[in-house]
Amino acid sequence: MRVYPPDAKWHEMADGGVIPQAGNAEEYDVSGWRSAHPVRDDECCIQCLFCWIYCPDNSVLVKDQKVVALDPKHCKGCGICAQVCPKDCITMQPGGDMPEEEDK
Amino acid sequence: MGQLQPLEGNLAVAEAMRQINPDVVAAYPITPSTEIVQTFANFVADGEVDTNYVAVESEHSAMSACTAAAAAGGRVMNVTSANGLALMWEILYITASFRQPVILTVVNRALSGNINIHCDHSDTMGTRDAGWIQLYSENVQECYDNLIQAVAIGERMDVRLPVMSCLDGFLVSHSYEMLEVEDDEAVREWIGPYKPNEPLLDVENPYTMGPIDLYDYYIEHKYSQWQAYPAAKQAVIEEGKRFGETFGREYGLMETLGLDDADIAVVAMSSAAGTAKDVVDKLRDEGVKAGLLKLRCFRPFPGEEIAAALAGCKAVCVMDRAASFGAGSGPLFHEIAAAMYTGGQTVPINNVIYGLGGRTVKPADIESVYRGLMEIADTGKVEQVCTWLSVRE
Repeated sequence: MRVYPPDAKWHEMADGGVIPQAGNAEEYDVSGWRSAHPVRDDECCIQCLFCWIYCPDNSVLVKDQKVVALDPKHCKGCGICAQVCPKDCITMQPGGDMPEEEDK
Repeated sequence: MGQLQPLEGNLAVAEAMRQINPDVVAAYPITPSTEIVQTFANFVADGEVDTNYVAVESEHSAMSACTAAAAAGGRVMNVTSANGLALMWEILYITASFRQPVILTVVNRALSGNINIHCDHSDTMGTRDAGWIQLYSENVQECYDNLIQAVAIGERMDVRLPVMSCLDGFLVSHSYEMLEVEDDEAVREWIGPYKPNEPLLDVENPYTMGPIDLYDYYIEHKYSQWQAYPAAKQAVIEEGKRFGETFGREYGLMETLGLDDADIAVVAMSSAAGTAKDVVDKLRDEGVKAGLLKLRCFRPFPGEEIAAALAGCKAVCVMDRAASFGAGSGPLFHEIAAAMYTGGQTVPINNVIYGLGGRTVKPADIESVYRGLMEIADTGKVEQVCTWLSVRE
């Protein structure tokens, strides 16, 4: 089992609140934490990767040195990416719903 | 066979620690427990133990280091008093939540202010909700025996909880008494080798300890911890019995004197219980059916057992060596009164706060408590729930 399911009972988990499954933070869905979400304009992006550097939750997905998507499962909607973008290509929109971006 | 030796409480604790030979001790000395740390540091310097002794810059760091060392897989011990325990407060909860059996000797001392280095129980009573098992010792023999048992109790796989072994500052820590010190090998055999549970240094099986734990799992983890305390209570009973089988001195959750037929009874902990024993003997000689309940195990709290032991009394007084400011009475009283009420008992019960900051409690003081109980037993009425003993009014 990679993660304890959301309905795991107290006796189904390890004592001491430990997580015996190493490195499973990736499996933890924090999309419910967002009250706003970033929208990125791919046309305007100059691929400076500032958003990738500054994102505290590794939610800017990069492939071949290019931003390909924002990760809706781990983005907490903090807005740092929009703040640091030198071309204002990322804007924060109200609401937590964030479309799954297709990897390009 | 053990040997009779005259030792102070502090030296008896240091001797037990030498025999236990823990993997790590990270301590920051504070009066009146300094002598334990100092003596044990000598054992380390002289190569009499294999312990990694960590000199830290505060008690907060001491307990942090101890909790981490235990999580890494070591048998860990620590020593403190009063304000030192208060500075550990944040980490005490974490040690228990992580289910790490760190063993902490607390030489009970009054919390500031004003600054006072003498005995009362305000320090450990302040940590009563932290999740540690708490054992209280009446005398030097008991603080030696209790520390050895603390290791066995906390390390049981069905318990895995930290344990505080408490003794009264100066009254026991600096009093020389004859005690039986057992052989090193016998002590080591009795506690057995340390078995770590999911040690962090097991690189083949990595796991995460102490991550953020929110509304979706935290309460289940706390409930899981909650379940350990009935097992801990059972462990205190069983290890106390096993200690008796090996060394001839048996221990339980409490010790009682005359409660089988007592009309009036006092509940006390630690050294004052020893004084109360003499008072009970004196009153019994006068034909007064007096009794005593000396509580040894305050955490887990044996509420049902206490209520059952006091059931036949006509009046009971709980003596608290700590005040719970704003509550109107002392912490031990609250819990015993609650246990009596929920256990269906209607015995009149009152509370005496005594001995704060090392104020001497004399046999005559305790006798006055029993005399008060005789009145309550006659009338069935408690005029004043909480009074302060020997305070100048």
